[in-house]
Formats: sequence, structure tokens, C-alpha cells
Amino acid sequence: MIPALVVFLYLGIVLYIGVFAFRRPHPSGAEDYFLASRSLGPFVFLLSLFGTNMTAFTILGSSGHAFHNGIVTFPLMASASALIIPLSLFFIGTRMWALGKKYGFMTPVQMFRDRWECGHIGTVIFAVQAAFLVPYIIIGVMGGGTALSAISGGLVPYWLGGALVALTVMSYVFFGGMRGTAWVNTFQTVLFLSFGAAALLLIGNGMGGFERAIGDLLESPATKPLLTRERIPPLFYLSYTFIPLSSIAFPHITIFCLTARHMRQFKKTVIFYPLCILAIWLPCVFLGVAANRVVQSEKIQQKIEARQTLAQNAAALTSGERSKLRAEMAADDVVLILLETYAPLWLAGILGAGIMAAVMASDSQILALSTMFTEDVFAYYGGKQRFGETVQVNTGRLFVVLLTLVAYAVALRAPASIFDLAVQYAFSGYAALSPLLVAALFWKRSTKWGALACATWCASSVIATAVFQAMVPAPAGAPVTILKLGGLDFLMRTANGTSVFGLMPVVPMTLISCLLVIVVSWLTKRPSQGAIDRYFAISPQSQRSERFQKA
Amino acid sequence: MFYTSFLMKNPAIALLILIYWALHQDIWFWKSAEPLAFGFLPVGLTYHALYTFGAAGLMAVLVKVAWPESLEYEVDQDGEDSTKA
Repeated sequence: MIPALVVFLYLGIVLYIGVFAFRRPHPSGAEDYFLASRSLGPFVFLLSLFGTNMTAFTILGSSGHAFHNGIVTFPLMASASALIIPLSLFFIGTRMWALGKKYGFMTPVQMFRDRWECGHIGTVIFAVQAAFLVPYIIIGVMGGGTALSAISGGLVPYWLGGALVALTVMSYVFFGGMRGTAWVNTFQTVLFLSFGAAALLLIGNGMGGFERAIGDLLESPATKPLLTRERIPPLFYLSYTFIPLSSIAFPHITIFCLTARHMRQFKKTVIFYPLCILAIWLPCVFLGVAANRVVQSEKIQQKIEARQTLAQNAAALTSGERSKLRAEMAADDVVLILLETYAPLWLAGILGAGIMAAVMASDSQILALSTMFTEDVFAYYGGKQRFGETVQVNTGRLFVVLLTLVAYAVALRAPASIFDLAVQYAFSGYAALSPLLVAALFWKRSTKWGALACATWCASSVIATAVFQAMVPAPAGAPVTILKLGGLDFLMRTANGTSVFGLMPVVPMTLISCLLVIVVSWLTKRPSQGAIDRYFAISPQSQRSERFQKA
Repeated sequence: MFYTSFLMKNPAIALLILIYWALHQDIWFWKSAEPLAFGFLPVGLTYHALYTFGAAGLMAVLVKVAWPESLEYEVDQDGEDSTKA
């Protein structure tokens, strides 16, 4: 009960920070509510941006993945992101910020509409972005329910845990807008960075030291491969470096780039971002691997046995038996089990609050979707002109409430596995959408038709992959070839998904996306010179400034 | 708004980024767990922890040599112009 009480206290603090702590006495319209008046300072900008990217998956999912796959989880998901995300912030985020400041954009679609002189094509891009984001929000509510239920030892049921987390997030997004959300994310990131190290030391000590734990894993032939990367094929590993491209294309990240007070705030952000990744992911992955040695825990023992049974007898098992074993070996709760085993109750509560901090990452996604709806649909189709800015902000707030209620209702009824899959392909979908930003910001010749081709391709390829996986059952063991091309395995169904020439679908999706933008843009009429000049013309003052800087 | 095709004008920086990305594909430690850093950190994990540190260093270099000052200047100028107006 003590951990649950600490978590309730934490939810209360979060609510206070989000709703009251940084509220301005006279909020000034849509830009203040949706973008905190573009006024976030360097500290809040860095930590909040990092917190926005840190989801339930970062903490719970990464440890679970590492528990079964070993240390490869870190290079797959963390060190690749440590390079790609800061690079995309450096090259794309800064330009989005400058355009937002200069032309008043509040969403990426506003920039696309202006850059390519289009209207409804912007609406299509909005629809694709929104469709990819919704499952992500639902999984956040689900994660909240699961985590609160686990931390309270089952005292708080899943439905109540989900409701409490959804209500807390909805309240501070509703009242606090971007400012409240940014400060909550900052608080959550500080909390997690502080207590992540405490968890590592405490659990390490409880295990009798990490040297002993890793020594035991090395000695056993069953667990030694977890300390290498041999379980993952190199091509699959290579594919994973495409996934972090999704980060800058996620609307909540692009929109967050517009909230900085000065462009120079990106400097510290891009330098410290990899270090924050290291501080969070390394302990999570390491603990996930080390958990394989905690055989005195009955829950961990069950997971290991389920994994071994599946590996040894997969072919002899029915599909239902395999699904049951996969459910038994689900390891997203290993960090929670380690805390339960090694941490004193009061500290488990604080660390549980840290885990809740990561789970509650759906706030910025809800706010981003609300911003996109009110700016790209409500305001664009005349709502702002007809009803005024106050009604626009209230529409955004109403949207936040409706979206949270729908997400909660779906989270109660739908099986998590469906949304896990949807989230998996949302990452691929957003990665494939990233060429849109590059084309808009760096290529004069890009056109709205190229953008439409790219957005349509992204949506249809994600749907096609989902339909393919629904129609072709996952094989028990080795991947099954479905289509051969030139004697090579072109399309394969694997135990966890799909592969194209041994690569994850994200690779062909992104490459074809690039190709479509280029080819279709070349075949269609370029935007007017005025539109191009707004983005690419160099002013004499800037030329002088640049020469001065170089000198 | 001035947009410089920075990487085309500075191939050395583009090459540096490309090489750093390639270093992520470290097949040389693929099947080895040892040596263990500090007695418990497998070599593959140590490499990527250092790689992540290096990414911070690379970003510091980019900030130093490739920061798009002109973007900031344009926006600041606009702000001053609108204030004067």
C-alpha cells in the first residue's frame, strides 16, 4: 500500500505543477495555450523535450526487451537515437523554430500548406499524422493502468489506475496547456534521472554486486548470448537506425520545437540529449539483462521457463499455446519485479513514481493532436474567423477531454497487443513521413503533389503491412518466405513481424517515400517563385551576417 | 529566409556524420561478451555507451562549426523591424 500512496502523492504534485504552478494571470490566446507563447527557457526546453520522447516503452519496454534479447536493446534503441534525434533537431528542429517564429506557424501542416501552396493536401497530411498518433495515446492510458495496478500490488485495479492517470493528464493539459505540460515533463525527467541511478545501485547491491550477477550469466550457456548481440541479425540491426527518424516527424516533437524562446537553446539540447539517453537507457537495459539471474523470484522464473519452452517446442505447439506462452513471458514488468524484490517499500514507491513519470508521456501527444485539430482543421476551415480565438482555445480544450475519454474507453475494451502493433508501425509510418520535412525545408523543387504521394504511400504501406500480418499467421520458429524475387527472399513473415529482403519494413517504406517525393515533384509544377523565395531567398543582411560569423 | 545547403558546402562535416553513423554498425563485437569493463559491463554495451558519449561530442562539434547563425539573425532582425514599426 505504501508504494501506491507515494504514487498518489506524486500524481497530486504533478497535477499541482501542471494546473497551478506556472499559470499566468492573463493568458494570451491560442499561442499561449498551445505553445507557451514560444517562451520556454533552456532548462525546461531540454528536459521537457527529452521527457516528451520518453514513454512507457523507454523504461518498461526497454527492460522487457533486454530481458529476452540481451544488451542489443541498447544499440538498437538508445545509441542509434542518441545520434539521429539530436541531428534531426539540429538540422530540422532549428529551421522549424525559425519558420514558426517568422511566420507564426503552430503546426507542421501550417508550414506545409504555406510552403507548397496547398489546402486539402495539408488536411490529408493532418489525417495521416493523427491516425498514427491515436494508438500511441491509447497505449499511454493502458500503460498507466497497468503500472499503477502493478505498483499497488493489485490494490488499484487496472480500470481505476487507467482512469486516475487519464484524469490527471487530462486535467493538467486542459488547464495548463503547453506551459503546464512542459513543466510536468521537466519534473518527471528530473525525477527519473535522479532515481534511475538510485534504483541501479540498490538493485545491484541486492543482487550481491553486478560483477557476480554478470559472472553467473556468463557461465550459463543459456544466458551468455544475452551479453552479446548474436540473437539479432545484422540487417535487422541496420534497419533499426531508420526508426529514430520518426522522432522529428512526430507532431508533438515538431510542435515542441516551436516553444523555445531562442534558437540558441537548441545548442545545449542537442549536446546534452545523448547524455540523457545514456543516463536513462543504460540502467534500464542493464537491469533488464541482469534480471535473468534473479531466479529466486517466482515471476521471473515463470517468464524464463515460458521462453525456454517456446524456444524448444515451438513447432509442436498450437497457435493458442504459443500465444499463451508469449503472454507468460511478457517482461515489461521486470523492473517493477526487481524493485519489489530488492527495494524497501518507501523507496519502491518513489521509484514507482519515477516509472509512472515515464508512463504518463501521452500528455504532449494529446496536446499536439488538439493543437493540430484546432489549427489545421478548425481555424483553417474558418472556425477561428467566425467564432474568435477564445472559442478556438476552448475547442482545443474540449478536444482534449473528448480524446482522453475515447482513449480511456478503448483502453478498457481492446487487447493491448493490437495497439502494440499499431505503435510499432506508427514509428515506421512517421519515419517514412520524415522526407516531407526534409523536402519542404531543403529542396526548392519539391511540390505539393510529391508531398501527397509521400503521405498516401505512408498510410497505405502501414495498412498493407498490418493486413499482411493479420492474414499470414506468425511462424513458430524461423521466418517463412512468402514471396521470392530474383531467387532472393523478398517478403518474409517473421515471429514478430515482417521483413523485406531481411530488412524491417521501415527501410523500404522510407526509401520509397523519398523516391516518391523526388519523382512526383519533378513531374509536377513547382510552387510559385514567391513561395520559394519566402523559404530560400537570402537577404543581404543575412549574407553579411554569415560572412561576419565566418570571419 | 535563408537556407544554406550546408552539407553540400561542407563535405567534411557530411562525411564525419556518415562515418559516425557507420561506426554504429559495429559487427566486430557481435558475438563477444568479454572483456568486461569495470568487471561487469559487456564489451558491446561498453562500446555503445562510449558511442553515445561520442554522439554528444559530435553534436558539440556541429554546434561549434555549423551553427546556422543566419537563421537566428533573420528572425532577430524581423523582431526588431516589427518593434520599430
